[in-house]
Amino acid sequence: MNAIEVEALEKTYPKGIRALDGVSFAVCEGEVFGLLGPNGAGKSTTVKILATLTTADAGRAVVAGRDVRVDANAVRQVIGYVPQQSGVDREATGRENLTLQGRIQGRRGPALRRRVEELLERLDLTAAADRLVKTYSGGMKRRLDIGLGLVHDPAVVYLDEPTTGLDPEARVAMWAELERLVQEERLTVLLTTHYLEEAERLTDRLAIVSRGAVVVEGTPDALKSSLRGDAVTVELGERSAEAAAGIVAALAGVEEAQAHERVLRARVADGRKAVPEILSALEAGGIAVATVTVARPSLDDVYMRFTGRDFRAEDEAST
Amino acid sequence: MLGRQGRALMRQPIWIAILIVEPIVWITLFSQLFRRIVELPGFETDSYIQFLTPGIVVMAAFFSASWSGWNMLMDHDRGVLERFLATRVSRFAIVVSQVLRSSIIGVIKALLLVGIAHALGARVTAGFAGWLVLLLAAALISSVFAGISHTIALVVRSQDTLVAFVSFYALPLTFFSTSLIAEELMPVWMQWAARFNPVNWAVMAARETMSTTTDWSAIGFWLGLLVAGSVATALLATHAFRSYQRTL
Ligand SMILES: Nc1ncnc2c1ncn2[C@@H]1O[C@H](COP(=O)(O)OP(=O)(O)OP(=O)(O)O)[C@@H](O)[C@H]1O
Ligand SMILES: [Mg+2]
Repeated sequence: MNAIEVEALEKTYPKGIRALDGVSFAVCEGEVFGLLGPNGAGKSTTVKILATLTTADAGRAVVAGRDVRVDANAVRQVIGYVPQQSGVDREATGRENLTLQGRIQGRRGPALRRRVEELLERLDLTAAADRLVKTYSGGMKRRLDIGLGLVHDPAVVYLDEPTTGLDPEARVAMWAELERLVQEERLTVLLTTHYLEEAERLTDRLAIVSRGAVVVEGTPDALKSSLRGDAVTVELGERSAEAAAGIVAALAGVEEAQAHERVLRARVADGRKAVPEILSALEAGGIAVATVTVARPSLDDVYMRFTGRDFRAEDEAST
Repeated sequence: MLGRQGRALMRQPIWIAILIVEPIVWITLFSQLFRRIVELPGFETDSYIQFLTPGIVVMAAFFSASWSGWNMLMDHDRGVLERFLATRVSRFAIVVSQVLRSSIIGVIKALLLVGIAHALGARVTAGFAGWLVLLLAAALISSVFAGISHTIALVVRSQDTLVAFVSFYALPLTFFSTSLIAEELMPVWMQWAARFNPVNWAVMAARETMSTTTDWSAIGFWLGLLVAGSVATALLATHAFRSYQRTL
């Protein structure tokens, strides 16, 4: 069964801001699903609709078999929501934050106390549990945010940009933490991010969202393979690139070869098979090779290919 | 929810110190400044403290409750509200816990004030029931203005605007009541206007408990109005909260 089903959601904010323009995707039980997109793509709006905080103008969303509009309270019971903006109470301790959240979610007594203890442990906050949250570092606060979303053992968790605002070191630590949590708690996760690396590392499947709609959806690998082939770059010993390009372009499996001074670039169907063939053909042609690199296309390339826009440029332009 | 509010307050030692010192300052200042006012006709007592205490109890409660919407705005700004709203916690509890917090503060202030006034010679003539009425009046007037303050906060959603509103209405509402002065000394049109002022309802109820003869039916009438006012403003605040939710 699908844990989350989203069909053609549309939402226009006041003043005619079109946030969602027909978003559709489905998340299977037990998987980590990513929504990847630049600022303003509509990721948070989608998550807020799924968290029953706001409603869509059109379309349907079902979480764990319950419609978010019809059955909002039932949905609230099974979801954990970690908002993009931290929602911790700064004037309370970490333990108090978790305990109150547990109570609100209907947990009580020793079971709640054990759960809070367990989460503090898993989030590496035990030592800071009784300090006021306003003394926490950014990474600690974010981990507490995640704990608040998990305290009632939700079936589905939404993580809205869990690492935005963290420094690179804290981000990498958070990735490891999240990977562990997903395993230990056997979570179904909807994760939004605008880091390609993060999507690649954490998600089983992902949808690229741009301007309020899903542009393409699949596993990170499948998306990358959907770009035809790999890129092979050969650095030559001498300026014989023109001749080399001629030789390589004639090989089977090479779709395109271009030369510029000492560098030859080729697009090939399968990098692993093509490289030995390219090398032996060049050797046979008497052309010396300095280095060879093979690169799988990145999600950047995927984004560029499906939206016709450069991801980083888009992201910066809208911030 | 209420526990969270309580803990937050206990963590602010300066807040607690001000809570205690403020009534002392008020009582001494007002009773010194207006000491001779009771010599005017219209006052049924010759001790201004005796006359003033109910008014100050109500003023203290109504002022501090007026600021209570600030807390809701803080929770809004810090994303705490959004986190609560994604859970099945009752929307009503979110609003009511804030109102109750104000009432409790109002009662604590009232206890301190009446205690100090007692030490200075003022007496609650209606006995134990009189004390209860005083505290109830403080709780109810707090609740009325906590409701109003939250309604304003949720509609304007800006701390600055909330400050402007509260500063705008606080003093006029005090002067359109018998907090500081006997009814007979007010211009007739102000006496008339005061009848629609919840602050005055609370003062009227509270003052009965400290006057020479206690009119219990009058107390019942004023408290009844206050209960109705509390319910109305709580509903108003809940309504404002619902429309706030819709704009998320
Ligand atoms: N409460 C709101 N009122 C009005 N417009 C809004 C509101 N929230 C979002 N928007 C607008 O809707 C669009 C989508 O915003 P959304 O927050 O869903 O994007 P996002 O993909 O989460 O971006 P980011 O990466 O910056 O978090 C943006 O143009 C934004 O300005
Ligand atoms: Mg967002």
